[in-house]
Amino acid sequence: MNATKTLIYDGSFNGFLTAVFIAFEQKLPHADIQRQGQIQNGLFAETETIFTNVEKAQRVWNGVRKKSNTAIKHIYFAYQSEQKNIESLLYHYIRKLMGSKINGPTNFSDDCVLKINQIAHKVGREKHRMEAFVRFQLTKDTVYFANIEPDYDVLPLISKHFRNRYADQQWLIYDLKRKYGLFYDLHKVEIISLDLTDVHTNSIQKSAVFTDEEYEYQNLWSNYFKSTTNTFQRKKKRFKV
Amino acid sequence: MGDTGTGICHSYTEDGRCVSLLKILLTNHCIFDCAYCVTRKSNDIQRAAFKIQEVVDLTINFYRRNYIEGLFLSSGIFKSADHTMERLIAVAKKLREEENFNGYIHLKSIPGASDELMYEAGLYADRLSVNIEIPTISGLKLLAPDKKHEDFIKPMLKVKNEIIRYTEEKKIIRSTAKYAPAGQSTQMIVGATGESDKDIMYSATHFYKNYNMKRVYYSGYVPISTDSRLPALGSEVPMLRENRLYQTDWLLRFYGFNVNEILDTEHPNLDMDIDPKLMWALRNLNHFPVDINKADKSVLARIPGIGMGSVHKIINGRKFRNLSWEHLKKMGVALNRAKYFIICNSTDWERRDLDAARIKGMILQSSNSKYKNHYSNQLSLFN
Ligand code: SF4
Repeated sequence: MNATKTLIYDGSFNGFLTAVFIAFEQKLPHADIQRQGQIQNGLFAETETIFTNVEKAQRVWNGVRKKSNTAIKHIYFAYQSEQKNIESLLYHYIRKLMGSKINGPTNFSDDCVLKINQIAHKVGREKHRMEAFVRFQLTKDTVYFANIEPDYDVLPLISKHFRNRYADQQWLIYDLKRKYGLFYDLHKVEIISLDLTDVHTNSIQKSAVFTDEEYEYQNLWSNYFKSTTNTFQRKKKRFKV
Repeated sequence: MGDTGTGICHSYTEDGRCVSLLKILLTNHCIFDCAYCVTRKSNDIQRAAFKIQEVVDLTINFYRRNYIEGLFLSSGIFKSADHTMERLIAVAKKLREEENFNGYIHLKSIPGASDELMYEAGLYADRLSVNIEIPTISGLKLLAPDKKHEDFIKPMLKVKNEIIRYTEEKKIIRSTAKYAPAGQSTQMIVGATGESDKDIMYSATHFYKNYNMKRVYYSGYVPISTDSRLPALGSEVPMLRENRLYQTDWLLRFYGFNVNEILDTEHPNLDMDIDPKLMWALRNLNHFPVDINKADKSVLARIPGIGMGSVHKIINGRKFRNLSWEHLKKMGVALNRAKYFIICNSTDWERRDLDAARIKGMILQSSNSKYKNHYSNQLSLFN
């Protein structure tokens, strides 16, 4: 019988990599890696609790990176998908990668590789979308504030983009679903957790925390936007008839 | 210049990312009378102008809220080319120096602007463009009698030379400032003067080659006047044609095609039913079928239904095993087109000796709905 072992980790990325390390050490062909608190046990499965060990995590990370830079990105992105069983799929992927003789390019004709690539792409697309569609509103204490509700946990992925682009303004991006945010104070980005009960979303629910001119710019913007979309629709329509 | 109105548009940065830009026409006053343009002097419309500071405020406030990634600024010509160019530069300079703006700036430059101003413009703008608008010199004479061909060419040449000079200096002194890092582009109006696709693509090739152009844009003429020199009001905007031209442009820039392989005196126009790569392949059936598991990258790139993304995947994938139909399908190859032109690891392939017309007919039948309903202004129809 080929029983799968369940490894339970603390939900951090380093924790996950540590689990991968342990699974490699024990030469497990399959590993069921699960987050603490979300465990769905197979009836007779053996379990082991993993203690996050940055050194071990680092070794896995470096090992994969030596194999392929694309793979390392795909692993990190796919992990942020928080999809069910993503950890086990990634373990399978890493085993394949480390077992392969070829460095670098990935094997697109392999199902597991294809699957991870697809998930990573989906997450990548959402990252891109968030970078483009986060809308900041200026608060009276000069913080540009935005909230988002992404399908995947993309905050860690978009941090760099906003840090580079808006290096000279304070900003806060808050994930309503996961209840944490990134705050940039002109020097560094910090992860903050706060429970926003009063969500400042739009110009219909105006909020006193924002500057007066904030709503003027929002109106101006929606007017620009409308005029553009209309011309585009007209153009499209003309083409169809 | 030529274009009208204000709104949002999209452009491509130095590293090929698509960005959304706030598009502003500084003024629709114009001393010129180009027949194809709503802003032309003889047109009876309301005239207005933005103040320099207004454009700066709008841009920076939209930018800081992440509505836009940059500014696309153009203008009708008031007083003179230089006077207008100075105002465009003033906006860019204020944004950079007073507002610390590090977004993208595209200045649509004014034909006839002086070399000094073109030089200054490149210090603040990421991209400069002088729109040629009319692809043939005879067409230009007919429709834009105030403009001389040299007025377009001279600023383009200046920009090209500055870009070359800066790149040379950069090799020696690393800290050299940038000059128009996203290069220059131009635009041609399609369907205003009865020009052929060959006229357009040959002139585009000329600009790519001789002026270091990053992009040439093709814009279907939108009828705006009853002028007898132009297509009548209500004529259809040639959007499908515009799309076919873009596809051809991509074949030239990324797929290793030469313009005369696609368009020549015998075939001066593109086929509207099918994409230009398929058109080429049908005319050159002797190059096919191609063996997916053996062919060179450049040969793969010429197969209809296979985009550069798939080429890349095929080359990586076949290192591990011989690829079959199933693999190709998963990689996103458009088999409905590709299958007539390839063999792969399968005994099942098209053996009938089909001629070009039969193949075209079968492809059109299998993809009818796509060509009828699915129209995309973006350029992804190769995969
Ligand atoms: S110069 Fe010609 S194309 Fe440019 S704005 Fe004036 S009329 Fe229009």
